[in-house]
Amino acid sequence: MSDKKTPLNATHRKAGARMVSFAGWDMPVQYAGVIQEHKAVREKAGLFDVSHMGEIWVTGPNAAAVCQHLITNDVGLLQEDGQIIYSAVCQPDGGTVDDVLLHRISPTEYLFVVNAANIDKDFAFFCEHAPQGAELTNRSDDWGQLALQGPLSQQILQPLVDVALDDIAYYTFKPATMAGIRGLLARTGYTGEDGFELYVPADRVVELWNKVMEAGAPQGLEPIGLGARDTLRLEAGYSLYGHELSATITPLEANLGWVTKLDGDDFVGRDALRKQKEAGIPRQIVGFRFTGRGVPRDGYPVWKGDEQLGVVTSGTMSPMLQTGIGLALVKRGSLQDGDALDVEIRGKRFPAVVQRPPFVPSNVRRKPRKA
Amino acid sequence: MDFPKHLKYTREHEWALIEGDEVTVGITEYAAEKLGDVVYVDLPEEGDSLDAGGTFGAVESVKAVSDLYSPITGTVKEINKSLADSPEVINEDPYVEAWMVKITVDDPDELEDLMTAEAYAAYIAESSEEGSDEEE
Repeated sequence: MSDKKTPLNATHRKAGARMVSFAGWDMPVQYAGVIQEHKAVREKAGLFDVSHMGEIWVTGPNAAAVCQHLITNDVGLLQEDGQIIYSAVCQPDGGTVDDVLLHRISPTEYLFVVNAANIDKDFAFFCEHAPQGAELTNRSDDWGQLALQGPLSQQILQPLVDVALDDIAYYTFKPATMAGIRGLLARTGYTGEDGFELYVPADRVVELWNKVMEAGAPQGLEPIGLGARDTLRLEAGYSLYGHELSATITPLEANLGWVTKLDGDDFVGRDALRKQKEAGIPRQIVGFRFTGRGVPRDGYPVWKGDEQLGVVTSGTMSPMLQTGIGLALVKRGSLQDGDALDVEIRGKRFPAVVQRPPFVPSNVRRKPRKA
Repeated sequence: MDFPKHLKYTREHEWALIEGDEVTVGITEYAAEKLGDVVYVDLPEEGDSLDAGGTFGAVESVKAVSDLYSPITGTVKEINKSLADSPEVINEDPYVEAWMVKITVDDPDELEDLMTAEAYAAYIAESSEEGSDEEE
């Protein structure tokens, strides 16, 4: 089966991007180079085509209750239209189906944004487990998505949009007209920098990309591929489905207890997660940083003395720190902040210390600006 | 892309400079570009024995690890220690500054198996036409 293409596929190729197959999609892995792109996002701004991500709408009088049954976080946190929460979605056995963003468009209309690799699985899961009273619609093919990330994001975007970006706090969104295109404008991202995610109809996403690039290029805006998307999220300490989260890893193990509300309303997987918590969560994700040379990678064994504690789930050379960094799934309680550990690479041990992520300071704008 | 004529090449994208019974090895511009920004290189120790076709180390970009294969059976005479601190020269100057190991050759006849620059260029053109890369 050939890979799916976002509407920007030809744009990426024309810009000289190197394309790779990712989760069934033909996507740009890099343009100018991962390190240059990574630094552009940390220092100026970068534009990502994330149109492969999925958009699933939940509409109807019972939409909030339907969403609540499907996710581990508390939908009641969405007290107003325009608010967003991060959550896990769990199987009945507590394993993770996906990690998602849930947007409240209105009390009867909610939007899930889900990982590209999981769109079909999630939609089938939602349809199977949703209570009555709301309609589920997978509009992933109808919607395009761009992420504009980095300290200059707001100054690049403001002249192109009809809303005051200062009024859009972290984890909120507004309907907006962006370069003349109607869509949704959210202050979210996956880089640890301030920035926005822009949702527009798929047939307008090329136009939006071109307008944003044109406005931002003089200020240093660069197009960013999946390579830097991964190194940026790892420096920020964010989970990636298929690595820190999977069908065999629960959100409690992945340090997502903060979005797993076991004492609230029932949701799929809650009983299994309660049992796991009572019995003792067996594993946990820890961050670590190499003290010498080497690059940790997914799957490498993690050791403390003679005991193998677990495996690396994500690793890279941090472009900002210029040392190896990573996340590992290890026996719970076996490693504390600052503890020494070894990562085995090609039969050799490389020393590291446990470090709680983020590995670089987070620059997301957490608090809404007070008027 | 540049494939100097005075070098020989492997199917795994190493180049070899043959000078008597000493062979200097590095990776080609094609391999370096495919990898992207090189951030780490893992080389053998001086005095290690290498087998033709066996791995002698690895070169890593931000995104990927690529094994290094010895074009020849022999003994590591010298390694390029400067690559540990500046692996980026593998992208910048793959054929001169970014040499990796010098090997004292056991059997010079093995060198007959390596490709010429023309053969390597044709090999690259052929393999580039097959499928795209895979990302996790």
